[in-house]
Amino acid sequence: MALLEVEELSVTFRQRGKRTVRAVDGVSFSVDAGEVVGLVGESGCGKSVTSLAIMGLLPRGAGVTVEGRADLDGTNLLRVDRRTMRDIRGRDVAMIFQDPLSSLNPVVPIGRQVTEVLARHRGLTGDAARREAAELLDRVGIPDPTRRLREYPHQLSGGMRQRALIAIAVACRPRLLIADEPTTALDVTIQAQILELLKDLVRDSGTALIMITHDLGVVAGMCDTVNVLYAGRVVETARRRPLFAEPRHPYTVGLLGSIPRLDSSRGERLSPIPGSVRDVLPWADGCAFAPRCSRRTAACVGEPPALVLTHTERTYRCVNPVAPGEARPGAAAQGPAPATTTAGAATDGSPAGEAATTVPPAPREEESA
Amino acid sequence: MTREATVTDDTTAPAAERGDNLVEVRDLKVHFPITRGILFDRVVGHVKAVDGVDLTIPRGRTYGLVGESGCGKSTLGRAILQLIRPTSGTVNFDGVELTSLPANRMRAMRRRMQMIFQDPMSSLDPRQNVESILVEGLQAHGIGADRAARRELITRTLDAVGLPKWALSRYPHEFSGGQRQRIGIARALVLGPELIVADEPVSALDVSIQAQVINLLDELQDELGLTYLVIAHDLAVVRHISDVVGVMYLGALVEEAPSDRLYAEPLHPYTRALMSAVPVPDPEVEDRRERILLSGDLPSPANPPAGCRFHTRCPWAQPTRCAEERPVLRPVGTSRVACHWAEQIASGELRPHSVSTQVVRPKDEGDAPHAVSAPSEPGSFV
Amino acid sequence: MTITERARRKAEKLDRLGELSAARDDERGVSLWQEAFRRLRRNPAAIVGAVILGVFLVVAIVGPFFVPYSPTDTMGIREGLVKSGQGIIPGSSGDHWLGFDHQGRDEFSRLVVGARQTLLVGVVSTLIGLAVGALIGGVAGAAAGLGGRWGRWVDGVLMRVVDMMLALPSLLLAVSIAALLGAGLDTVMIAVGMVSVPVFARLLRGSMIAQSGSDYVLAAASLGVRRSKIALSHVLPNSLAPVIVQATLTLATAIIEAAALSFLGLGNPDTAVPEWGVMLADAQPYLGIRPALAIYPAVAIIITALGFTLLGEAMREALDPKLRK
Repeated sequence: MALLEVEELSVTFRQRGKRTVRAVDGVSFSVDAGEVVGLVGESGCGKSVTSLAIMGLLPRGAGVTVEGRADLDGTNLLRVDRRTMRDIRGRDVAMIFQDPLSSLNPVVPIGRQVTEVLARHRGLTGDAARREAAELLDRVGIPDPTRRLREYPHQLSGGMRQRALIAIAVACRPRLLIADEPTTALDVTIQAQILELLKDLVRDSGTALIMITHDLGVVAGMCDTVNVLYAGRVVETARRRPLFAEPRHPYTVGLLGSIPRLDSSRGERLSPIPGSVRDVLPWADGCAFAPRCSRRTAACVGEPPALVLTHTERTYRCVNPVAPGEARPGAAAQGPAPATTTAGAATDGSPAGEAATTVPPAPREEESA
Repeated sequence: MTREATVTDDTTAPAAERGDNLVEVRDLKVHFPITRGILFDRVVGHVKAVDGVDLTIPRGRTYGLVGESGCGKSTLGRAILQLIRPTSGTVNFDGVELTSLPANRMRAMRRRMQMIFQDPMSSLDPRQNVESILVEGLQAHGIGADRAARRELITRTLDAVGLPKWALSRYPHEFSGGQRQRIGIARALVLGPELIVADEPVSALDVSIQAQVINLLDELQDELGLTYLVIAHDLAVVRHISDVVGVMYLGALVEEAPSDRLYAEPLHPYTRALMSAVPVPDPEVEDRRERILLSGDLPSPANPPAGCRFHTRCPWAQPTRCAEERPVLRPVGTSRVACHWAEQIASGELRPHSVSTQVVRPKDEGDAPHAVSAPSEPGSFV
Repeated sequence: MTITERARRKAEKLDRLGELSAARDDERGVSLWQEAFRRLRRNPAAIVGAVILGVFLVVAIVGPFFVPYSPTDTMGIREGLVKSGQGIIPGSSGDHWLGFDHQGRDEFSRLVVGARQTLLVGVVSTLIGLAVGALIGGVAGAAAGLGGRWGRWVDGVLMRVVDMMLALPSLLLAVSIAALLGAGLDTVMIAVGMVSVPVFARLLRGSMIAQSGSDYVLAAASLGVRRSKIALSHVLPNSLAPVIVQATLTLATAIIEAAALSFLGLGNPDTAVPEWGVMLADAQPYLGIRPALAIYPAVAIIITALGFTLLGEAMREALDPKLRK
């Protein structure tokens, strides 16, 4: 039984005088205890909205419709009332945001912002809370923590602020931590510090982590399971190593081919995905990626591609996937993929053969079975 | 007009006659005064954004400038283009000394050196359509006899950057991020420049779009023989696109090496740390590699540490020389590096130790950043 | 669903895919102003404001030709219906919809004809404020944003002048100007205009300084465009939106302020010419007898000011770049 089970999550924004936007369009994934799960995608793929929906932080009413389920230990987070949600937030689920300066209250000292959480969820007050807060800051690598408690957010550097934010998030030892682009605003050397810190926290405390990022490099170093999102749907899910070794969905392949790698040499051309994230087909009309896809076939348009499940813990949403053995653009020194991975690999020439293995509704259950 | 004509003549001369280096920067400094006071401004200090940089950009090549935010790389790029007046030092562009050029001659020179900006939205005037954006530079330099001739030039440029012709009558907000960056590139290209300074040309774009723009820049260089100065924080991007890479830290170059060489054997401790911090989208690599985690943050450029500027965070810092003597950029093999101990570090004679995280003060408080280099067991971070 | 139908639907979808990537040659671009206007049209507040102002405008322009009586004809006294001294001012009747004023003139006709005068005062005084303020603010903003050290000095001097104007209470400033120039309609318009000068000056200056720091200004400089051209063709047009919004809002306050000055007796000495502020002032002694005489012009002023405010706020929303998309 997974810790968090998100099923067919959809978020629709309706605004007066504007087009209805389905920001999240049937996202399903699960997170086990102590697992690091990545949600990867470009701008507009719905990764941040997904996390806000799970946290219950989307504005209620006001043209926002949230459908589907997000079960945390059997409690559907999308259906609980505000009071319960407030208790769950911080205690069971905590979130780290991209911009640490705007997520911290600028006129309240760091210490108070930490002890506030401790008081609310763990009932700690006075000296006990302050001691615990200092310990937390120390744990996230903030030097001289007792003095730091009295300082204000603007007195800390970007990296230190993000550490303080992480300290607040882990103050109540939540079972699930959601990090939304936690290092995007930071420099690489600081990013490395923060990622290392997050890794340590997950390893030591057994907290599950949902890592939301656009950076496949970050994913490669951190996540156990990776969900690739495009236009509000998960298009591919796999364990970390198989995903990078043999991506199946053309979008994943395209993303990997787009990234200049530190270990590739000068002059190697990248193989970008044509078009832009704006060229999207509504999922109801077929595969959203079809307008930009180099492997498009007639079968891609008409109805949404179903989720295909291979028996290697991998799902993808494509009728004409990339074969596991096919040369991966951008990757220089990868040996040929092991032939044992997918039984359906041989039938790659005929997309129909793949489509026949389609398991439409709940692939997740099958996977855990 | 006659002056411009001579400039044009100049550019058509064969490359060999004019030397192989398009840009030569010597001891360039840009210091911004920090002022206080209500009625009368009182200078209370200087932010040394660029503090003594020497660099040479060979004609037709790409020089990559990499560093973290606040290292002065953008200021350096703008100072080379004279968009910010340098405090001291010289910038020699194809035999012409730019720092002493009168304003109107400098303005005429701008045709030969153009800039591409990070944020394609904010660098395009939202009230201009694409045609007017592209025509503006042509008008400023009197290029193109009439409207038709300009139109012809613009259409060709649009084609070169991969934008459709219907883009001409459109406004920036009607395009996607990648297309906007193409407009920005077209604006730079339409004047037929020799040098293009690209300041974080892809960092505001989506991953899949970044590759399109990087490839476009590569293709344009092949076709037009452009010289690039690419400024970015992403080492992977810089390394991919550049022939020579300069690494900046706190207003100065700490290492300069051919792109492949820099990757194969980084000599400066900061380059090593930077290299080890860049995530690689490959779990095999990620799991194998060892990270050099730097402690603490960048010291304030208003009050840089004495001696080597990196010594407060350097895992290889030595008790002698590092804190007192500022290392100069000196040749080591095919690289240039500003480290007293580069050879010893490269040979493994010196081992890294961990540096305790320093207290970071906000910029205006100006405490001298200090750090205690105390040896402790490796991996004791956090 | 039959197979042929499915195939047909698939073909339709494929067409849509083609459309998605097809070139849109025939369409022309939509500029920011056009887009703002589109948003404005969708805003109900803007519609209400525009309708109010439309009615006001029509009344002000053609109203005087269609009024049932002359606004200066003291027919009430002549016919013996109005005896103000004895507290007899008849209210509305079939012939005189809003009754008479204290001098026996037809109140409705005066209200309609007064609209033109009021509109004139509002528009002219706002234009005076806008012109002077935008000139000062524009020069100061361009100097501060692009002019270097010397420019900052120019900006400093201009802004201290504006600060001095701002330091005077607006009504006091207006009264002193009126005292200097003598009472009259021109005085009211100049006085009300001068009061809004600092607002426009500061607004345009701040906006221009902010725009001067933007990347596209640097981009234009790196193209080799002259600074004066950058200021005029890039910085100024992009700084105008808040000023236009402010002008609309100022129109509302200008009408109220002009009415206040007229009420204080600084307005047109020829009180025969109807103006809402004057009417309000004239009604004061008769508040106890017939409060409606004060209420009619007051309501007219409030509704008109509301119209300008609604439109102004809607324009602020439409022009705000943050609310785009």
